[in-house]
Amino acid sequence: MFRNRSGEFSWVDFTIDVLRVLIVLAVVVGAWNTLSSGRISLAQWVNLLAAGLAQGSIYALIALGYTLVYGILLMINFAHGEVFMAGAFSAFFLAEALNRTGFLNEQPLLAILLLIMFAGLVSMTVAVLVERIAYRPLRGSPRLVPLITAIGASFFLQYAFRGLYGSNFKAYPQLQALQGALQIGEFNIPITQIFVFSSALVLMLGLHWLVERTRIGKAMRAVSENKEVARLMGIDIDWVILFTFGVGGFLAGAAGVINGLFRPQGVNFYMGFIPGIKAFTAAVLGGIGNIPGAMLGGLFLGVIEAIGPNLVLAGLGIPGANQLKDVIAFTMLVLVLIFRPQGILGERLSETKA
Amino acid sequence: MKKALLLFTSLSLLFAFSLPAMADGHCMDALGCVEVGSDDPIVIGALLTVSGATSFYGEDSRGGIEIAIDARDGMLLGREIELVVEDSLCSAEGGQATAQRAAADESIVGLIGTTCSGAAQGAMPIISEAGMLMISPSNTSPRLTNDDVDAGGTYYPGYFRTAHNDLFQGAMGARFAIEVLGAETVATIHDGDPYTEGLAVVMADTFAEMGGEVVFQGAVAKGDTDMTAILTEIAASGPDVVYFPVFTPESEFIATQARNTPGLEDAKLIVSDGSFSSTFAGNVGAAAVGIHMTSPYVVGEDYDGFLMTWDDMFGGAPPSGFHAHAYDAANILMDAVEMVAEEHDGSLMIGRQALRDAIAAVEDYAGLTGTLTCQDESPYRGDCATGSALAVYEITEAEVDGAWPPAVVWDMSMSMDMMDEG
Repeated sequence: MFRNRSGEFSWVDFTIDVLRVLIVLAVVVGAWNTLSSGRISLAQWVNLLAAGLAQGSIYALIALGYTLVYGILLMINFAHGEVFMAGAFSAFFLAEALNRTGFLNEQPLLAILLLIMFAGLVSMTVAVLVERIAYRPLRGSPRLVPLITAIGASFFLQYAFRGLYGSNFKAYPQLQALQGALQIGEFNIPITQIFVFSSALVLMLGLHWLVERTRIGKAMRAVSENKEVARLMGIDIDWVILFTFGVGGFLAGAAGVINGLFRPQGVNFYMGFIPGIKAFTAAVLGGIGNIPGAMLGGLFLGVIEAIGPNLVLAGLGIPGANQLKDVIAFTMLVLVLIFRPQGILGERLSETKA
Repeated sequence: MKKALLLFTSLSLLFAFSLPAMADGHCMDALGCVEVGSDDPIVIGALLTVSGATSFYGEDSRGGIEIAIDARDGMLLGREIELVVEDSLCSAEGGQATAQRAAADESIVGLIGTTCSGAAQGAMPIISEAGMLMISPSNTSPRLTNDDVDAGGTYYPGYFRTAHNDLFQGAMGARFAIEVLGAETVATIHDGDPYTEGLAVVMADTFAEMGGEVVFQGAVAKGDTDMTAILTEIAASGPDVVYFPVFTPESEFIATQARNTPGLEDAKLIVSDGSFSSTFAGNVGAAAVGIHMTSPYVVGEDYDGFLMTWDDMFGGAPPSGFHAHAYDAANILMDAVEMVAEEHDGSLMIGRQALRDAIAAVEDYAGLTGTLTCQDESPYRGDCATGSALAVYEITEAEVDGAWPPAVVWDMSMSMDMMDEG
């Protein structure tokens, strides 16, 4: 067990194996303590699960943007959280205007569709501009260079929005059609959460269709496979890359609106930072570069975050367990990097791609 | 040994008080002097949160300072006033980094800041060591002015504040919950910041002392948007009151989601000045009706004038509730500089110890935030606000529709204890 590939004893492998056992033990003991105490009822667990799935589908939508870009360019677009913010922030103003005229509550379905299209287009424009201005001129330079530019672009976007709209927190109007809860047996599932989950699902199915069934999707897959060969086959690489950024941006903008209807408060220039990091974590969890992986990783992260603190940490007697939600998320990231660097669904990448 | 030290300290204190800052152009101050050349400006530093999610607190304070400077036409002792603002973020690291930069700048006479208590804990050791002083418009953590190390105090000489100590605010929340809301059980939530944690602990302690039961004490993380997990846990213990003295937007998320959490539909919600923002009620929506807020209570003609100046200079209303405290802090600092500065050959000598002493001696100072008297007796030193300017507000439909501020429904003078004594 504690031997490396050549059969010798290795302290590193030993430590990792001990870590593995300790983690499994902590999870089992914590969960057992919580469940046997009966502190939280089944209905409450279902509520947590539903909230986790809803939050997770928002992570998943943002994570797709990271994964699409990584799949094609092998770079982490750290400005993606701000692309999400740009869409969410801009659509807030439209939502407020629609609310004032009463359109929002008269035609909720149409209004939501309008908001998603608007936010999606804004985010798409921002993502495409960032690619065109900040990344394309640096294509072919060492890997660290676009990474630093990405952080620069991220700050630029944050403070541009602060300059335009101020630093106060704003909130989406709350839609009457989404209030209330659906009674399923003894379980109460808030309608917002069902809406979030299903609209994210529709968007993901749309993406799947785009990538697997269309010409441009085929081109995206080809560029992801091998840029040079794709170029020789007559594919316009620059256009495909731009398109990929655009698709990722659209999904992030849509996620911004869905997030705004789900958790209306907290709209400000900084709102993309934490979801951005969480979604990046989700993308790595699922296997970065892998589209179903990003979806799965997002949902998984959302659920772990919702259930983990109450199930494991509270059971271990850790005070202020809910403060440690982020710790759970980022511990997951570290664990995945240690035990399964390719992610849940990712294939082991070859040197050239990794 | 101890006696010798005591003697030495008292002797040096005696010297500090009795001697002028300067003799024949040489600085005689125990901590040294700030020398301002004949053409140099008088530099005031400000360590504020001006970036990141909580930057509106910093902008709020900065506006207050700028209005105070503007009220003197930007001049002090015939010299221009220069305001240098550094971004101390809302963390101990940010406070430490900016304090180091400020301490290295010999021209700074005094500092206004920090915005967050956490940043002050990082900043004060350095500022105190450098012989400088800092007046905070918005630090409220009790630890910062407590000089009893065994009780968790982290007071450093040179620290003052015009913001009220949380001991007042937390206790007021508990009294209000028991005396007015008739609560028997309470749950508290903080976010790990010393400010919110201090407030939650003081509230819970006072609540328990008064005979109530604290059924849950928990925390969320800054940046959380989904509060379902902690609210589910709180609902399991079914408290009468949920007290969450955290900042916006976390408090907004908690307020909205609490109403949708089975078991918490009827719990009373109390928030603190961290949520006292003109957009809070509108952002929370219908769920905000009936929420109580504890916050500074600043009124009066002078304050109305201040608000008009704000509208002229920056447009609109101040984004948070500490602008008047910042205005008072800046004025106390500038008055103290006027008092201790001595002119010699055209340059000004400002004794650092003399400046600290002058501020510590502030008594019955008529500020925007009420009458200020700086405490200088163990265990609480540097607290200039008296806590009288605090009140409980209640949010109604009108605030949800955009009116601000809400009406005051209670203050400490209405407490039963106070009535007994009075």
